Amino acid sequence: MVDGDGLMSRKIGEVVAAASTSFVAQCYELYAAPPLGSFVRTGTPAVYGIVYQVTTEPMDSTRPVLARGEGVETEEELQRNNPQLSRLFTTRFEALIAGFSVDDSFKQYLPPLPPAVHSFAYTCTPDEVARFTASLEFLPLLLNSGLPVADELAGACLRGAATAQGDGSAFLFRASRALAGQLSGDVPRLTAILRRVAP
Amino acid sequence: MTDESSDGLSAHNSTSGLNNNDAQGFLGVVVEGSLTQGVEVRLDPGTSVENVKVGTFVTIQGSQYRFFGVATDIALGNSDQRLKHLPLDLGDPFISQALLGTVAYGTVSVLPNLVMPLVRGDDEAAPSAAKTIPPQFSLAYSASEADVATVFGQEDDRHFWIGSPLDMESKLCINLDELVKRSIGVFGKSGTGKTFLTRLLLVGILQSGQASSLIFDMHNEYGHGGRDSDRGIMVKGLKQLFPSQVSTFTLDEDSSRRRGSTPDEVVRIGYGEIEPEDIELLRETLNLSDVAASSAFNLEQKFGPGKWMEAFLDLEDRAAVFDLAAEIQVQPNALGSLYNRLTRLRRFGFLVKESGRAAARIIEHLERGKHVVLEFGRYGDDLTAYILVSNLLSRRIHDAYVRQKEEAEGGAGKEPRPLVLVIEEAHKFLSPSVAPQTIFGTIARELRKYNVTLMVIDQRPSVISSEVMSQVGTRLTCALDDERDIEAVLAGTSGSRQLRGVLARLEPKQQALIFGHALPMPVVVHTREYGSAESYTLLTRGPMRESAAGNDGSPDAAETPETPTETPEQRLEREVAELFQQ
Repeated sequence: MVDGDGLMSRKIGEVVAAASTSFVAQCYELYAAPPLGSFVRTGTPAVYGIVYQVTTEPMDSTRPVLARGEGVETEEELQRNNPQLSRLFTTRFEALIAGFSVDDSFKQYLPPLPPAVHSFAYTCTPDEVARFTASLEFLPLLLNSGLPVADELAGACLRGAATAQGDGSAFLFRASRALAGQLSGDVPRLTAILRRVAP
Repeated sequence: MTDESSDGLSAHNSTSGLNNNDAQGFLGVVVEGSLTQGVEVRLDPGTSVENVKVGTFVTIQGSQYRFFGVATDIALGNSDQRLKHLPLDLGDPFISQALLGTVAYGTVSVLPNLVMPLVRGDDEAAPSAAKTIPPQFSLAYSASEADVATVFGQEDDRHFWIGSPLDMESKLCINLDELVKRSIGVFGKSGTGKTFLTRLLLVGILQSGQASSLIFDMHNEYGHGGRDSDRGIMVKGLKQLFPSQVSTFTLDEDSSRRRGSTPDEVVRIGYGEIEPEDIELLRETLNLSDVAASSAFNLEQKFGPGKWMEAFLDLEDRAAVFDLAAEIQVQPNALGSLYNRLTRLRRFGFLVKESGRAAARIIEHLERGKHVVLEFGRYGDDLTAYILVSNLLSRRIHDAYVRQKEEAEGGAGKEPRPLVLVIEEAHKFLSPSVAPQTIFGTIARELRKYNVTLMVIDQRPSVISSEVMSQVGTRLTCALDDERDIEAVLAGTSGSRQLRGVLARLEPKQQALIFGHALPMPVVVHTREYGSAESYTLLTRGPMRESAAGNDGSPDAAETPETPTETPEQRLEREVAELFQQ
């Protein structure tokens, strides 16, 4: 399941808070969060999440961020003048749990327990994404998450997954059918998502 | 989900992807229904609603039975009522394809008529009438050729290939035994193929050997061929196809000769054979009042049976008629009008003074197992002649059958050979006002008690007495327009509401809805070809040899006892021999 090659390069952060439906991971590098809607893996057994929120903020929340570029011409100059800045900020991302793996098979429902804090978070390889999205049973978790951006997220997630698939348009067609099945009673919402997914 | 998605996938991959489903015949799943209304099948997203036609056969795989039914209605459904009010990006094929079959889908109403054994090829359990319906989520398929053969039987001596189901190549057969047991009705508006259908039925009856038929051939279409006005060709008649089994009688020898037909006998009818009942029946066509028509009975009393008509027509003038009226105490004017109208009959060349023994001659032929076509020649256009002759002959034949049957029941003779009387423009005989009086009304009502049944051919079934219609066992109906006619044809049939939609959408040519005793369930057939050289070969070759040749695929059907190379003479010899062996 986890290929040795590039594992370190895909290690992007670690879980700093976890709940049954989502977890928060802190990135090791500033601005190095995985993109919205992408799949991340963490914990043992592996829990799969879909990134739904990326935040960059001061490490010390009591110290407000001040604007510092008034006297300089470019943003690069600002960074050069304040080399400490990259050390004062951190990037976190929040991921919605979409499933987990047991004995090499994917379960597209919530794991019994959330990942432990300090579990390493990895981005998923295209192959892993393709295998996970072979089934679209996780869509209800996403659509019913109650997140205000659930529809955006569904669109981003499916677009991203399509690029990992061998036949992206076939995948999107299949996904559109699955979405239609889920949202058969709410055509405006369905078409809104479909427009975000349309190739 | 997985099924749907894989089907959807194939549909997306190619524009003709729908064929994937059609090849397997998968239609969709049962979502709701009732025994009386039929079940509703929600179409699979991969099946286009346009690929399903009303009247086609559907099988539904229940958990214990396979149901066999017919598609009676097709509808569009949606899962979100707002769908029709919303502006949709239907220009984007991605969105429209996602919605089609999921949010907006097609449904097919299926009337399950029969249940079949769940395992194919299990001949032990024949299809029987469905008394339950398949549960929800049962899978529905287009019926396969094998299913159709299971339900309607293979073509053989007892099953006649009448045509094929809609959009199918397989042969649809009707049960000839059941067909001739009860009266048969062939309906349809003018030019829809009633005559062709009747010809096929007659060939079937002829081949079954179960019954003889007597065809009152109004328009000279059955004996020596007729004209197919659509194709502008002459099609062969029964006499040409089965010369040794069919006898042609004619009322109009000249017309027959002109058409190249050589009739076996010329029918002459004596005035003495006309009875007052016959006049009663002609009331409408002769425009006679009740009183005038019934005064014929007074005449019979006066002059005696068998003599009255001649004696009456021999009266010299009106004055003599009035004298007679005074003598037999009937209204003079009524008798006068009867006299006027009856003198019209004189122009019928087939009416002669001496008895023609026509009925007896026909019965002789029928008893020899022949099928008799009575050509009316130029008299066919005269309804009076048609009604008079067919009624008169039928009554005598019926009387003979009744006598023979009663003798057989008393152990003094053999049963009369079953007889099918074929009449056209049947509503003239069987309208509620005259049906009680005509022999045809009697025959229709008494069923097969005396081995005589009717085949009525008509374009106005609504005018036929409902009492008679209810006794018609097998109905074959081509396209009908009139609401009342449709209603009359379907009266008393289970599922008539659903069949109405099917009937109203029949093609105007070569399509017929058949239901009743000869078939396990109602079915729309594309009637078999009749008129090409090949069709004649198939028709005359008969079912056995046809299927034998069909099975091994080679023309060399040496296994069959009767070789197809039999000449008409040989056939005649063989049949005569067979006849005497009995």
